[in-house]
Amino acid sequence: MKTDNQKAWLLVLPVLVLVAFSAVVPLMTVVNYSVQDTFGNNQFFWAGLAWFDDMLHSERMWNALGRQIVFSSIILAIEVPLGIFIALNMPKKGAWASVCLVLMSLPLLIPWNVVGTIWQIFGRVDIGLLGYTLDALGIDYNYTQGFYAAWTTVIIMDVWHWTSLVALLAYAGLRSIPDAYYQAAKIDQASRWAVFRYIELPKMRGVLTIAILLRFMDSFKIYTEPFVLTGGGPGNATTFLSIDLVQMALGQFDLGPAAAFSLMYFLVIMVISYVFYIVMTNLDKEEQGQ
Amino acid sequence: MAKITLDTLAHSYLADPKSPEDFALQELNHDWADGEAYALLGPSGCGKSTLLNIISGLLIPSHGRVLFDGKDVTHLPTADRNIAQVFQFPVVYDTMTVRENLAFPLKNRKLPQSEISDRVARVAKSIAMEDVLDRRAAGLTADAKQKISLGRGMVRDDVNALLFDEPLTVIDPHMKWELRTQLKQLHHDFGHTMIYVTHDQTEALTFADKVVVMYDGRVVQVGTPDELFERPAHTFVGYFIGSPGMNLFDARIEGTTAEIAGTRVDLGAGYRTKGGATKIGVRPEYICLGASGIPARVTRVEDVGRHKIIRLDMDGHQVAAIAGEGESVPDGGTHVQFAERGVNVYENEWRVPPEGGDGPLHTAREAA
Repeated sequence: MKTDNQKAWLLVLPVLVLVAFSAVVPLMTVVNYSVQDTFGNNQFFWAGLAWFDDMLHSERMWNALGRQIVFSSIILAIEVPLGIFIALNMPKKGAWASVCLVLMSLPLLIPWNVVGTIWQIFGRVDIGLLGYTLDALGIDYNYTQGFYAAWTTVIIMDVWHWTSLVALLAYAGLRSIPDAYYQAAKIDQASRWAVFRYIELPKMRGVLTIAILLRFMDSFKIYTEPFVLTGGGPGNATTFLSIDLVQMALGQFDLGPAAAFSLMYFLVIMVISYVFYIVMTNLDKEEQGQ
Repeated sequence: MAKITLDTLAHSYLADPKSPEDFALQELNHDWADGEAYALLGPSGCGKSTLLNIISGLLIPSHGRVLFDGKDVTHLPTADRNIAQVFQFPVVYDTMTVRENLAFPLKNRKLPQSEISDRVARVAKSIAMEDVLDRRAAGLTADAKQKISLGRGMVRDDVNALLFDEPLTVIDPHMKWELRTQLKQLHHDFGHTMIYVTHDQTEALTFADKVVVMYDGRVVQVGTPDELFERPAHTFVGYFIGSPGMNLFDARIEGTTAEIAGTRVDLGAGYRTKGGATKIGVRPEYICLGASGIPARVTRVEDVGRHKIIRLDMDGHQVAAIAGEGESVPDGGTHVQFAERGVNVYENEWRVPPEGGDGPLHTAREAA
């Protein structure tokens, strides 16, 4: 029995409209800008793929992308192991578990620009606790001038802000492991390392996948904190993709190149996340299926 | 393998237990004979898991001692007791193959590689998993995973005891039978001391040589399945084991007769009671209906296939009887009679043996 009734499409209409206004229309305006040129006066001319071509050959964009990849790699390499380590050492139950959970969530509740401000002040050599102490110890630390000082501060700030997220996710993963696993491991005389390697890590894989994906996407889009802290400096040292993009779009008002840049930026994040997701789920299938 | 002795063992989860109610496990003395298969049977919350965890060392008892072959292990951690345990939910190391799973306890004990592969091969054969040795354990069914858990215990030759904590809970019904049969075969072949915790009487009675029945933190009876069926030491054992359980009647015992609901019943032997509340217990299998006896009314008949369960009302008291498939059941009023050999006398819920002692067991129990 085949019915040729197309009325069901009407039911999807509200969702279509909603998605159109929230995502497609704004995205299309960016697409629109990316293929046109303007000399003001609200006059636009067709530019084809010229801006994309420009951006692909822009040393400035490649440099920003490079910095971005280095930054995301470093913070992932620190936050994931550190988060797991913290989760493993958090109390399992009782009042201290709650205290830990609250303390851990605190950084996550602070708005991005406040985090930037906190660290901007904290690191200042004249009034900041960190900057002043380092200076007093004779260490040459000035995040507004030194390349390494700026990078170190931005990374520590991100680790401070976001390691909790990894830790909380890992903690949730650990809590879901039934006691029987630990008891069986005891009976099998497994070492602490073996318990981690063969019980805890495999059982945490799901949440860790999510944690890594979230941290990757978020760190790849980072804007506010380094903008407040260093403004992308010294020089271009901490000018990540978003900061560069905003400078281009709003600072220089180069709407066309900035739009082309945005679209490529969006694509890069999507492709990397997608590849990562596919690799992780395939590993999962291999494990379950075989 | 070892004999396990519980010496005045008791456990309370409270810091300062005073009354018996404070104890999750009442004081208990018991020997688990070397190489025997025991079932630890009781309803949820009766303390059987507490007892198992004390034996495995996951819990340190608040009172008394645990001895393995006479050696005090009460405070020895689980890892040093050399026991194996199969848990309610299958525990396998997901990322390892079946072979690596079986080898894991030996690798941790730093045995030479050749010895490990020999033993793994042998155990894989006895649990019939040779074909899947190189597959990942994570992808296997629940019953296969339980066999791996068991194999991880059996791979250690010198294991003191194999403990099972309701191991068939998550197994499909048709595999339960299969697995239980294999388990019994393994016990027969290797003679490990086995303790099997369950709340399922069929599992307990078919698996074990001896069944330890627990109720309310106490061991109420230790016996063979036949003993539990024919001579329940406590009224709880009577109605917990059997389907339906034993009928209990308030009765006045006078020498060789009992008075139930105004009718005198011959007991076939003399009983000496000490003036406590007396009851008699008769299993449905030993009740038949006839022209004489205690008046009762049939209220319902349940045909369960191989026999019928007859529900009767006896002076406001519910009674169950079992009749064969072919037997006709009277409608309405009838009389209840007890087979003498199926009558047990209880005083304050505990069984009173007949004067002159119990005769040999006669087994009317159907093979479950």
